[in-house]
Amino acid sequence: MSNAITISVVRPKTSLLDKPLSKGKGEVSLSSFALLFSELVQYCQNRVYTVPELQTKLAEMGQDVGSKVIDLFFVRDRSWKRETKLIHMLFFIKTTLWKSLFGREADKLERANDDEATYYIIEDEPLVNKYISVPKDKGSLNCAVFVAGIIEAVLNGCGFACKVTAHWHKGTTYMVKFEDHVISRDKQLGDQKSM
Amino acid sequence: MSRQGARLDAKKVNSELFTLTYGTLVSQLLKDYENVDEVNKQLERMGYNIGIRLIEDFLARTGSGRCYDFKDTAEKIQAGFRIFLGVSPTISNWGPGGDEFSLIFESNPLTEFVELPDHCLNLKYCNILAGVLRGACEMVQMEVTSWFVQDQLKGDNVTELRVKFIKRLEDAIPAGED
Repeated sequence: MSNAITISVVRPKTSLLDKPLSKGKGEVSLSSFALLFSELVQYCQNRVYTVPELQTKLAEMGQDVGSKVIDLFFVRDRSWKRETKLIHMLFFIKTTLWKSLFGREADKLERANDDEATYYIIEDEPLVNKYISVPKDKGSLNCAVFVAGIIEAVLNGCGFACKVTAHWHKGTTYMVKFEDHVISRDKQLGDQKSM
Repeated sequence: MSRQGARLDAKKVNSELFTLTYGTLVSQLLKDYENVDEVNKQLERMGYNIGIRLIEDFLARTGSGRCYDFKDTAEKIQAGFRIFLGVSPTISNWGPGGDEFSLIFESNPLTEFVELPDHCLNLKYCNILAGVLRGACEMVQMEVTSWFVQDQLKGDNVTELRVKFIKRLEDAIPAGED
């Protein structure tokens, strides 16, 4: 990065892991978050040309956040135990994760009628979209792809390979599409239990 | 129409979402620029953009009027941190001229899960705050500058942000308006 020679200085640094894990009850003002998010969106927008590119970029940044909350929440709220059943995992996301991150549960969790690998998490008004008005020429843009990125990273990180996208439908609908092997594995798990 | 102050206060978000979102932004900047000084500059600029909008929120919530002196300003800045970040920095180390002081942070939601890697020793991780102060004060006709003297991420006991008054800005008509 810098071309100067870095002389490593011996610093009396306490490692992050030496400190106790916070209870996660800290709060900041919504205005602070909204303005920070707005800067993030603007920054991404300035570096891309099209709406899909912008969505991809926002989703990537969401994934970065998502990959970091997995351990945080499972260590703190579930005493280290990860979920193995698909439906429990989705429920964990709808309730615990949503509540911790956004202050309330997601409105709905549904499965597609015609496809057992597709689930929908539905939210009337995502926190991130609260102060965003989408310009007319970018109608399809939904900045909640950032949240979709968070969900995707959490599910992938927990072994449920999937793609998550955000759509304007009943507010915002996050479409979670699992890979087939995840579904068949989940069925096997179910069979073993019922035997 | 008057607005109810209480209604404005109710809106809060989890600080971890905030912390991680900021962290993502900083790491994205580091990837994009590969030059720590440029990242510091960019963070300050983003802070400035936030500051010029945040001040309005501050005035609406607190209903505060003009500052009598820079001490007054310092207290209002302190109150701002309490409202927007939920932390109360201590005001100390006033300069002899009364135009310079330090804000001492014991904790700071921006740096909650952060460790600086060795090649980022020059990164001013919280530089966005310096920008916020500059932007917010500029909107109330005050030019200030601020910089970090101590930083917990670099092994110091506290984080110290030094704030200096530069000058009063005269009312100017925005460019392009008559």
